[in-house]
Amino acid sequence: MKFVKLVISNFRRKIIRTVLTILSILVAFILFAYLAAIRQSLSQGIDVAGADRLVVRHKVSIIQMLPGSYEADIEQIPGVADATFSNWFGGIYQEPKNFFPQFAVNPEEYLAMYPEFLLSDEEKEAWFSTRTGAVVGRNTAERFGWEVGDKVPIQGTAWTRKGGQRTWDFDIVGIYDGAEQGTDTTQFLFHYAYFDEARSFGRGLVGWYIVRVDDPDDAVRIATAIDDTFANSPAETKAETEGAFVQGFADQIGNIGAITQAILVMVFFTILLVAGNTMAQSVRERTGELAVLKAVGFTDSHVLVMVLLEAMAIAGVGGFLGLGVGWLMISRGDPTGGLLPIFFLPPKDIVMGVILVIVLGLVTGLLPALQAGRLRIADALRQL
Amino acid sequence: MSVNDNGTLVKVDAATKYFKRGSEEIHVLEKLDMQVPEGEFLALMGPSGSGKSTLLNLIGGLDRPTSGSVTVAGERIDRLSRQKLAAWRARHVGLVFQFYNLLPVLTAERNVELPLLLTHLSRAERKKHVDAALDVVGLSHRKTHYPKTLSGGEQQRVGIARGIVSDPTLLLADEPTGDLDRKSGDEVLDLLKALNKDHNKTIIMVTHDPHAALRSTRTLYLNEGKLSTEPAE
Repeated sequence: MKFVKLVISNFRRKIIRTVLTILSILVAFILFAYLAAIRQSLSQGIDVAGADRLVVRHKVSIIQMLPGSYEADIEQIPGVADATFSNWFGGIYQEPKNFFPQFAVNPEEYLAMYPEFLLSDEEKEAWFSTRTGAVVGRNTAERFGWEVGDKVPIQGTAWTRKGGQRTWDFDIVGIYDGAEQGTDTTQFLFHYAYFDEARSFGRGLVGWYIVRVDDPDDAVRIATAIDDTFANSPAETKAETEGAFVQGFADQIGNIGAITQAILVMVFFTILLVAGNTMAQSVRERTGELAVLKAVGFTDSHVLVMVLLEAMAIAGVGGFLGLGVGWLMISRGDPTGGLLPIFFLPPKDIVMGVILVIVLGLVTGLLPALQAGRLRIADALRQL
Repeated sequence: MSVNDNGTLVKVDAATKYFKRGSEEIHVLEKLDMQVPEGEFLALMGPSGSGKSTLLNLIGGLDRPTSGSVTVAGERIDRLSRQKLAAWRARHVGLVFQFYNLLPVLTAERNVELPLLLTHLSRAERKKHVDAALDVVGLSHRKTHYPKTLSGGEQQRVGIARGIVSDPTLLLADEPTGDLDRKSGDEVLDLLKALNKDHNKTIIMVTHDPHAALRSTRTLYLNEGKLSTEPAE
């Protein structure tokens, strides 16, 4: 403790330089936190994708639809435990910027397929029994201030009703929560039966299938079996794991992981130079003082550890403050108003941030610390 | 503390020191012998580059002789490892520098406390020692001041307080008045004299100033690596 005070007192030496160095580290770690949250958001679902779920879509593209009859065929394939479907709706609530995903589904099957969507028994019952009923994720419900009992009109952009009307009215009968932090709570789910009966075209078609397999290790074989089943048909399929399906979506805007990693490497390399130079300069400036400390009895190890502690303290203050401020800013939610619905700093990235803080402190402090530790008293005093 | 039968505290035996500058060897001390009895106030004089500070560094364990030996209080310090030598310095040597060498980010009392951080003394005990040392140098009223707010003479007195706070066996002063005006220099010399006379501190002082050397109990002259009792012609 007595040496820690000595280390801390050194921060007063060039207070502006110390503050600027800490600020540069702080900004770097805010950026780190934000990029981690953005990467998490853009690759949403990959981490929480069910290992035992496959997604079966049209072989040509996701926007090509599949016959509703495939469900029964898929369920016949050995290894398939369950199957259901989903249909993209793509409607607008009030104005186009209010984007959120809407799907027409079979409520019972869908909830069985996605147990991570948590609804009370009363809400489930209400949904199953209300033809125009819809359930909405907590995130979207809070975004628009929706409550159970509200009637919500959604403008169809692709799907019109028979007769040409674009407005679809839904009754909010439940608000679901996610079982995990990464669970998507932005979805708006409603009855496929209501949708299919009322739409002006495409009756009997679905967007894609979701398939639960008995054994995740058998997923590749089952995916191949599904695709083989519908080979040479008018609507051939492409089956893949849910994780790969979500990853495919994320990759449409590039390899997000590589992009964020490249930015972070550049940022941290710059910070390494800034903080490393500050420490080296700081040690050079007080060669005489370090020699005096050694002259009065401080050992090489004492001096080495003190310089290292100083570097780690600077990295620690800047880094942890940066992570904290970043976390606070991220906690306020999606900064884009809907494009990044699952926006949070994942715990694994917090751990990675802490490791980076420690590594930054060690790397920036190590060389100056070794230099200070090796300092020869007589030589240093002669230079004064 | 251990001294020889004849009361010798410091014994330098055939000490040679040379430095290498590129391919050139600079011989600073040549087979130098010296003995300093306990309780002496020795002044070391000599022209610039004569090796006074180098000799002081050898005696204080800040440097090692190229050959020969240095024994202080019965211990061959030239044989100690860097680690042990540091611990030895903390226990046995107080240093006073020409330019005070106080840490600018610490108050006077925190500067004086530095050598005590290496001991097992409690905070309260350290404070007691620091107060006593500052009292000896007459600066108790300035203990919370930072070096930049002290005059040169005051800074040097803080430096002396730092040198004596751990009650070392030996006080080494390298040109302690070299950066001071006559009045402040005299105050510092009076203080060193009092430490020698009243507290029986053994002091070795390097100086250029014959006026300063007058306060010592013995003066030795170093010239071209050799010691003598008379100044070189």
